[in-house]
Amino acid sequence: MNAQHQPTGSAYFIAKETQRPETHTLSVLVANEPGTLARVIGLFSGRGYNIDSLTVSETEHEAHLSRITIVTTATPHVLEQIKAQLERIVPVHRVVDLTVRSHELGHDKPIERELALVKVTGTGDNRVEALRLADAFRAQVIDANTEHFIFEITGRVSKIEQFIAIMKPLGLVEICRTGIAAMNRGPQGM
Amino acid sequence: MTGKNMEMTGAEMVLQAMRDNGVEHIFGYPGGAVLPIYDELHQQDTIEHILVRHEQGAGHMAEGYARSTGKPGVVLVTSGPGATNVVTALQDALMDSIPMVCITGQVPTSLIGTDAFQECDTVGITRPCTKHNWLVKDVNDLARIIHEAFRIATSGRPGPVVVDVPKDVQFATGIYTPKPDVSVKSSYQPKLSGDLDQIRAAVELMAGARRPIIYSGGGVINSGPEASQLLRELVELTGAPITSTLMGLGAYPASGKNWLGMLGMHGAYEANMAMHDCDVMLCIGARFDDRITGRLDAFSPNSKKIHIDIDASSINKIVRVDVPIIGDVGHVLEDMVRLWRASKAPDRKQIADWWSQIGRWRGRNSFAYAANADVIMPQYAIQRLYELTKDRDTYITTEVGQHQMWAAQFYGFEQPNRWMTSGGLGTMGYGFPAAIGVQVAHRDSLVIDIAGDASIQMCIQEMSCAVQHELPVKIFILNNQYMGMVRQWQQLLHGNRLSHSYTESMPDFVKLAEAYGGVGIRCDKPRDLDDAIRTMIDTPQPVIFDCRVASLANCFPMIPSGKAHNDMLLPDEATDEAVASAIDAKGRALV
Repeated sequence: MNAQHQPTGSAYFIAKETQRPETHTLSVLVANEPGTLARVIGLFSGRGYNIDSLTVSETEHEAHLSRITIVTTATPHVLEQIKAQLERIVPVHRVVDLTVRSHELGHDKPIERELALVKVTGTGDNRVEALRLADAFRAQVIDANTEHFIFEITGRVSKIEQFIAIMKPLGLVEICRTGIAAMNRGPQGM
Repeated sequence: MTGKNMEMTGAEMVLQAMRDNGVEHIFGYPGGAVLPIYDELHQQDTIEHILVRHEQGAGHMAEGYARSTGKPGVVLVTSGPGATNVVTALQDALMDSIPMVCITGQVPTSLIGTDAFQECDTVGITRPCTKHNWLVKDVNDLARIIHEAFRIATSGRPGPVVVDVPKDVQFATGIYTPKPDVSVKSSYQPKLSGDLDQIRAAVELMAGARRPIIYSGGGVINSGPEASQLLRELVELTGAPITSTLMGLGAYPASGKNWLGMLGMHGAYEANMAMHDCDVMLCIGARFDDRITGRLDAFSPNSKKIHIDIDASSINKIVRVDVPIIGDVGHVLEDMVRLWRASKAPDRKQIADWWSQIGRWRGRNSFAYAANADVIMPQYAIQRLYELTKDRDTYITTEVGQHQMWAAQFYGFEQPNRWMTSGGLGTMGYGFPAAIGVQVAHRDSLVIDIAGDASIQMCIQEMSCAVQHELPVKIFILNNQYMGMVRQWQQLLHGNRLSHSYTESMPDFVKLAEAYGGVGIRCDKPRDLDDAIRTMIDTPQPVIFDCRVASLANCFPMIPSGKAHNDMLLPDEATDEAVASAIDAKGRALV
């Protein structure tokens, strides 16, 4: 009543977000059949969720199961929705929020590793310095000639970011990163 | 079947799998990429094919068929434009949880990806508007996939599925897989029974409530007639008032004494006020749609909320609830009724004050309108239609707009599956093909599409289908020459600048009906209306009834944009000034 005197919002009411966004890592076990990855990605773009990192590969060949690891940033309410929406996709077997699970297990966060291939070209001091730093970062040389190296580096995202930043002035020409592979500590499976 | 005749072509498999899944009717349109299946259709007579005039019509017919029978609706269309034309109906079925199986033809597998004639990426286009879809590349997978398609469409939260079948797969010969007794897809196992502890908590909450309300939705209808029966029992046992969403009308009878009417944007004042002021809300198979909740931060602020839904993603999506119950409405209600009977029933006096409050709200008579002796008021037209058809075996469908809301407000539904409307997607053009689908399933019933003059023109071509298949659907057009709901919002939000919401050139609907081989009736005087409606009912052909109504009537009550449930615009307050200032600039930007 007295509608005209009341404060307004909208019928499409957009509530003010009070929760802070968090970054979580989700593991999604899916049937490896055509279109499954498209369904997962389409869900994220269609419903406006973020994908910070995405990794996918078949993990159980006999059962035709693939494991998708998605890093996403959202409020806890939306994270809950993402999990429920993923579980609704027909070929999705299981969804585990590894970040939530790690807290339940008494850990800070799940173990997360990424692999990167980093190509660096150069001669003289730069070349020596690149090799010295790669050694310090425990990066392996997997290809080289007199003008370039390809380093393989594995580790936390922060380590890889740092390695790439250091290589930049030393002749960095190409980077390829796998995205994050993750699982929780302890004897329990997903 | 023996091993020998398990061998058949893909086209034969499609029809055999349909028979094995109980299909009696298909809505479809032939084309190059489905010709082998059409050839098989021609050589059998167990499945009846309804030839539509546009694939969107086929989709909506399947929806009407499904919603009125509880069985899946089946659509058969060709590749490319055949598939893209059915997309609107797929999304409509997805949003309203209607089981539908759509078989699309596809170009031969060797041509997929070459931009062949009438090729489109059907599984790509329909991925977000189906519950699941498949492209069948091997004829030996075809039967298994179709069985799975029927199971996925009809189980859990129902929805549409698409099976895309390339033409070479239709021609190829393979081994037919019989329908399995149990599911083979291990990743898809919908949960039917709710958690008993949660159900117990829900019963306790309801028993302790002083101001309870039951808010039910389309999930009750989808769960089957038993669920509606159980809902009625629960209402009787608890003595609680009940309201329903647009999709849930008929689950509880409109004549029932606890009925508050529909809730939401154009719902009853008493229903919305009771939702706002309740202390315990029991939401059954509804999803807190934005047309229901109004302003979210003022939505039922002081209530404990229980939510029963088969889809876990519906829980806590919009509104945080205190007791979530994931399961099929029928199963959960069975447990609730049983637990309620086993526990000590609370004293009815506990909710007596609540009922007297509701009585005062009812006294506001929020659906009131000014009657007119010279002009047919749209509300009056629906009231008369209801009075003259309520004692018959009647099914009602609608298009989308003001007429849809008036139908929901003024037509009383006593049974589930009698009311077919496009709720989630709001598809103009839904009602008429949906009515044809209903009529196919219920040949001897009275099926009426309550339409608007704008909506009906979106799928009018199906008149030809209705005439061909002798489906005597009645189209009851509330003709005000406007896109009434668009105009109403322009009045509310855009300074009464009626941009393109007036239809300057309207077809002569009587002649149009006759041109298609149907019957046209026109009525523009209230005193002639009853006789005209009786003539319509008694006409054995499809009828277009051009009911000329007051052109500027608006649909009230209304929760204006950005308002809460207790902040409705009531008809007697809806002066021109109130309408113009009901939504301020901020609300306008957010609509």
